[in-house]
Amino acid sequence: MDAKRYELNVQLAQMLKGGVIMDVTNVEQAKLAEEAGAVAVMALERVPSDIRKDGGVARMSDPGMIAEIKKAVSIPVMAKARIGHFVEAQLLEALRIDYIDESEVLTPADEECHIDKTKFNIPFVCGARNLGEAVRRIAEGAAMIRTKGEAGTGNVVEAVRHMRAMNREIRQLVQMPIEEVTGFAKNNGIPYELALKIKQLGRLPVVNFAAGGIATPADAALMMQLGCDGVFVGSGIFKSSNPQLRARAIVKATAYFNDPQKVLEASMGLGEAMPGIEISQIPPEQILAGRGW
Amino acid sequence: MKENKSVIGVLGLQGGVHEHLNHLDRLGISYRRVKDKEDFEDLAGLIIPGGESSCLSRLLNIFEIKEVIIAAYNQGMKIWGTCAGTILLAKSVVGEENCLGLIDIEVERNSFGSQLDSFKSDAVIKVVDNEPLPLTFIRSPKILKVAEDINVLLKIDDYIAAAESDNVLVTVFHPELTESLAFHRYFATKCGVKCNTNENANTDNDWQNCGWARMARVA
Repeated sequence: MDAKRYELNVQLAQMLKGGVIMDVTNVEQAKLAEEAGAVAVMALERVPSDIRKDGGVARMSDPGMIAEIKKAVSIPVMAKARIGHFVEAQLLEALRIDYIDESEVLTPADEECHIDKTKFNIPFVCGARNLGEAVRRIAEGAAMIRTKGEAGTGNVVEAVRHMRAMNREIRQLVQMPIEEVTGFAKNNGIPYELALKIKQLGRLPVVNFAAGGIATPADAALMMQLGCDGVFVGSGIFKSSNPQLRARAIVKATAYFNDPQKVLEASMGLGEAMPGIEISQIPPEQILAGRGW
Repeated sequence: MKENKSVIGVLGLQGGVHEHLNHLDRLGISYRRVKDKEDFEDLAGLIIPGGESSCLSRLLNIFEIKEVIIAAYNQGMKIWGTCAGTILLAKSVVGEENCLGLIDIEVERNSFGSQLDSFKSDAVIKVVDNEPLPLTFIRSPKILKVAEDINVLLKIDDYIAAAESDNVLVTVFHPELTESLAFHRYFATKCGVKCNTNENANTDNDWQNCGWARMARVA
């Protein structure tokens, strides 16, 4: 990926700002998401809550299914590759989708290395729990970042934790004298140049979406008010009692996140949200956010 | 006596909002992010940014902003659509219902293919600037045809990339994603709004591709 291509890939993510990216598992759901106002769809075989329930190894989805979804909608199509599985990424690039999510929701293929994303022309989005993780992914070539949150739980607490951690660390960086940046970069395991750039910008140099546990319009508005550029909703839509109403409502709440009256109106009469899981009830080895580093 | 309007609004629902605000700010133009009905009062011009047209048109419809934009347009507000903005402004969209329908052109959505087909190039558009303008196409639409009274600003191969009527400007590419301020200056002139800085420099050497970030800081 040359510099120009990387810039184009960062800029596509910029065009998604203020929008909602929805997990879909078939053509029908993809069309519903597009009609509801999604800015992109994430094509996958099972939403995270089902992956969590089923257990076993979760891999890249059937490319045939992804191709069908790609044909059915005109908004961007994203799909997930396993952490470190660069061949799955090669296949998704060959499929000519629009964005790859190197995702902790799938079972990692490599516990030491993430994908070298600079080798690809297709853009990557990666999850992060804090600034260090976000910046390491950017250094590897990610064109977009999202919080990891805890996917498939319908519990927003981890996404909030990750967003607050990133903001706190960016605030520290912005306020510290320049001579302390070297130590900050060392302690956070990130390149000095990127630390300096973030200090100057007062934010990540790429778009940062919220993901992992967003289930209601209020969750989406919460993440936006915390400073996210947009939101991913995984299981939250199609595991709720009325996916169409909920999808539309989350789109409204994300666009008007600062307007409680509009978020309130969007929150009415949606039926049941997806069932949530208390994070402390999840066995430690099943915590998805711990995958990758 | 009617007061001269001097503010340019950027539709702030979804998409490349900060990028346009940043360019307007660099030109010293008064700007406003607009998303509620009352925000549209007394605008000299409105920019509809790139984003996803299906999302934007849905929001324009359900929050009844569409009517507000059309009313302001009828009272003289100029409008510029970039990328998705072009689709929203077109009178005819291949395979879809139109949204605002304020310029008599036919567009095809996402006409180049996937993100791997997005590209950068440049071209001279004499009325905008004498120097070549950097062009950024991201999952861009194509303008397939225009009515007789529409002025074509840039034609490439088999499609039209920029066009205008007296009151509407459309570009399928993204001037707000480049270092050039020429198109924003051109639109400001169309709106009768004066720029106050960089009077002679269309290209700002300090520009960097993260320029938008200063409009979206978290710290």
